[in-house]
Amino acid sequence: MATPARMAEPTDPSSAATSTRTALRSDQVDLPPALTNRAKEAKWLDERLGIGGVGKAFLRYAFPNHWSFLIGEIALWSFVVLLITGVFLTLWFKPSMAEVEYNGSYQLMKGMMMSQAFASTVDISMDVRGGLLLRQMHHWAALLFVSAAFVHAARVFFTGAFRKPREVQWLLGVGLLFLATMGGFSGYSLPDDLLSGTGLRFADGLMRSIPLVGTWVEFFVFNGEFPGDLIISRLYMVHILLIPALILALVAAHVGLVAYYHHTQYPGPGRTEHNVVGEPAFPVYIAKAGGLFFLTWGVLALFGALVTINPVWTYGPYNPAQVTAGSQPDWYMGWVEGAVRIMPGWESHWGPTTWSWNIFIPGVILLGGFFTVMALWPWIEQWFTGDTRSHHLLEFPWQNATRTGIGVAIITFMLLLQFGGANDLIATHFALSLNAITWFLRFAVFLGPIIAFWVTKRICLGIQRRREERLVHGSPSGHMHRNADGAYHEDDVPIGRDEAFTLTSTPGPDPLEAGPGTDARGVHRNEPVSTRRARASRWWLGDNIAAPTREELEAGHSGDGHELEPSKK
Amino acid sequence: MNDNSPNELRRPPVDDPGPETPTPSWVSANPELSKAAQRRVVGAFGLSALSALISVVAYFAIPLHIQVELGSFRAGLHNVVFGTTMGLAILLIGIGSVTWGRNLMNDDEIVQERHPPQSSDEDRTEALAQLSEGVRDSGVARRRFIMGSLGGALGLFALPLVVTLAGLGPWPVPSRRRATIERTLFAEATPQAPIRLVNDVTFRPVKASDIEIGQLVNAQPENVQHLEGVELQQAKAKSSIILVRMDPETIQVPESRRDWQVSGILCYSKICTHVGCPITLWEQQTHHLLCPCHQSTFDLGNSGVVVFGPAARSLPQLKIGVDDEGYLIATEDFRVPVGPSYFERDSRNDFQEGDA
Repeated sequence: MATPARMAEPTDPSSAATSTRTALRSDQVDLPPALTNRAKEAKWLDERLGIGGVGKAFLRYAFPNHWSFLIGEIALWSFVVLLITGVFLTLWFKPSMAEVEYNGSYQLMKGMMMSQAFASTVDISMDVRGGLLLRQMHHWAALLFVSAAFVHAARVFFTGAFRKPREVQWLLGVGLLFLATMGGFSGYSLPDDLLSGTGLRFADGLMRSIPLVGTWVEFFVFNGEFPGDLIISRLYMVHILLIPALILALVAAHVGLVAYYHHTQYPGPGRTEHNVVGEPAFPVYIAKAGGLFFLTWGVLALFGALVTINPVWTYGPYNPAQVTAGSQPDWYMGWVEGAVRIMPGWESHWGPTTWSWNIFIPGVILLGGFFTVMALWPWIEQWFTGDTRSHHLLEFPWQNATRTGIGVAIITFMLLLQFGGANDLIATHFALSLNAITWFLRFAVFLGPIIAFWVTKRICLGIQRRREERLVHGSPSGHMHRNADGAYHEDDVPIGRDEAFTLTSTPGPDPLEAGPGTDARGVHRNEPVSTRRARASRWWLGDNIAAPTREELEAGHSGDGHELEPSKK
Repeated sequence: MNDNSPNELRRPPVDDPGPETPTPSWVSANPELSKAAQRRVVGAFGLSALSALISVVAYFAIPLHIQVELGSFRAGLHNVVFGTTMGLAILLIGIGSVTWGRNLMNDDEIVQERHPPQSSDEDRTEALAQLSEGVRDSGVARRRFIMGSLGGALGLFALPLVVTLAGLGPWPVPSRRRATIERTLFAEATPQAPIRLVNDVTFRPVKASDIEIGQLVNAQPENVQHLEGVELQQAKAKSSIILVRMDPETIQVPESRRDWQVSGILCYSKICTHVGCPITLWEQQTHHLLCPCHQSTFDLGNSGVVVFGPAARSLPQLKIGVDDEGYLIATEDFRVPVGPSYFERDSRNDFQEGDA
């Protein structure tokens, strides 16, 4: 029946509105009256700032449209909300560890001795009009910022958006993710309440565990023995100056590079590696993206108004001799916390020295290793796949089964550790044995990711197989036929060319083959491939089901009798 | 030679059908729906402005410290009304804007050429030519020693700034470690001038006869009362102790610690040997003490050895006695440093399961 040749003729991309226009004369532009009246102002600005050139470059700049592209925007907008609410909070917060007597309106603490930082935090919450709202908006915005940044990173990972030419963009993103978590932790510690002080005590133990220099790190960070008298003012500088400045610089570069490359796009009809199909920046993208800023901010304000977070007055001031049961860090440190909890108590006592593997491995090595592997990921994957092509079309996660499997394995690992970070609450809420949960997780964090990898990869390969089937045989029509022998079978309808193109326009790389110089097609390669790398490449790519060739597609749909043959399935 | 070529050579199995023809949305094709959408947008912006005004009135009009209670929801009235109206004022701008963009604007997709990030061959050649010109102008090739000395200067000029970081805190050299993290307030105690153990809230000295079997008392050395501010915090981070009384018949006391207790009352550091949380959760029947931070569990009936969790070292035990008036006293410091491990810690003297 229908063959690819009978599908709709491709339309010439240049027939749609494109940026390649012949030079316009000013009298050819049909200016709306609202703009004609502003000609003088526009001229004034253009003669000083050259806004004409900027406008030409960006007014109708195309942004591909997909919900998954909004996650990074949400991160950006929550950061803006953090800056705004943060500036307000600095108007009242006093970053000092000097001991003062509380004299505010919260009766339960009257006369208590506490640090000025904590007293001013309680004042902001109790006695500054709108202060609690700002504090809660700031905390919720921080949680949303880090969450959105993590999910955005996952989106970029699973769609292969980090591949050439965007490796530098990915590095900027990893840097931002790290800074976001550090910004969160430094802010979490500022109120100097019982919970955040306990968090600092944990950070102190983490620093101490570093071999050779741990004690020096502790004494330098805390100005002596924990807790010292300077940590709050130092963290304040880090939290309101150092980290925001670095984040702003990196965000500027990150967003600037998006503009430079043009956004990636998912495969689809009319979309190629050489074009970008999307909504114009002005007006529709600005209306939606600008609207998203207000939606993000508005939701955060409603959360600040209606959902209590971190009620420090119920915890009380920090006291190294007290702790609350169920002490939990903010969620993004939860997996590190979990790793520290389920780690066996391994410590080496060599001569007069102590090596705290029980803290150093899950705390410092794991956190550092996570960000290191993440930063190196584009090069790690490239070593396996040998893919040095430029990519502007995204991959569907199922197209790169091994990467998606590894990604899901890593997420599984982190989720299991996150459960570990809540082992006490899981135990009390579900009446389980804390020790049993801990022992289970000690094995599950290794077995779980392996199972997750295997299952995910199988699912991806299954989707690849179904894609091939749809391409070659078409999609089930729902029409049953009975032939003269009484056998039933179902017609297949060829899928449309839009879908066929979408499914085939991003062919994955072939596994590397060992050898010097040339590849299977006789094309010269720059570097020779070792047998070890070729084996690794086959492991990564070998299971992929290759997209059918043009000939296979023709064959699959050829012959009028095809649909009447009994299905091979 | 372009490294993109292997990919470019391969022809996709399906020809590009070209971008989808934009179809007018249901709303834009339908004048009545368009009108309704316009009403929604104007309504959202109008309500936003109204909400902002109410918010300002609420800011001044509602007194602080009025609580509202709706079932399990409890919050300050000012925070709820001021915040909700402020949030709606912001949110409605977003709703109006997105509704406008989605329903009333032409959102047909446009196609633009993507320009490769690399520079054109001409640009590259021109840049190289200018670079060569600049290098020649600088005369670097003929005066290599300038580059060498500049490299040396640039390598070292930041050092004076970096060394100021050495003053970030006192240096934990052995003598300072002995005076800080390896010493607690109990170091001031001697057999001649013992230190009483006091309740950590009331600071009243603890009498041996006041502690029942199974009871746990959070305590401090009495000299903690003279401290304030940072010194108090630092002292509490090391000198906090717990007193527990157990039935002497049910616990194991090693020979070396026979005289460290007062008729079943034992004293341990309250600071976890893992990362330093104060340990509080006491299981009376098992004599286990559980740290709420990371669930390290210590057996106080067995010299504080670790029975579960990530901690690696026994909880340090303090030798205590009783004075003439029956109050619990300490006459010496802990024998090992309390709190979390650190590299220079000599951990060969900590109690281990099986020690005598």
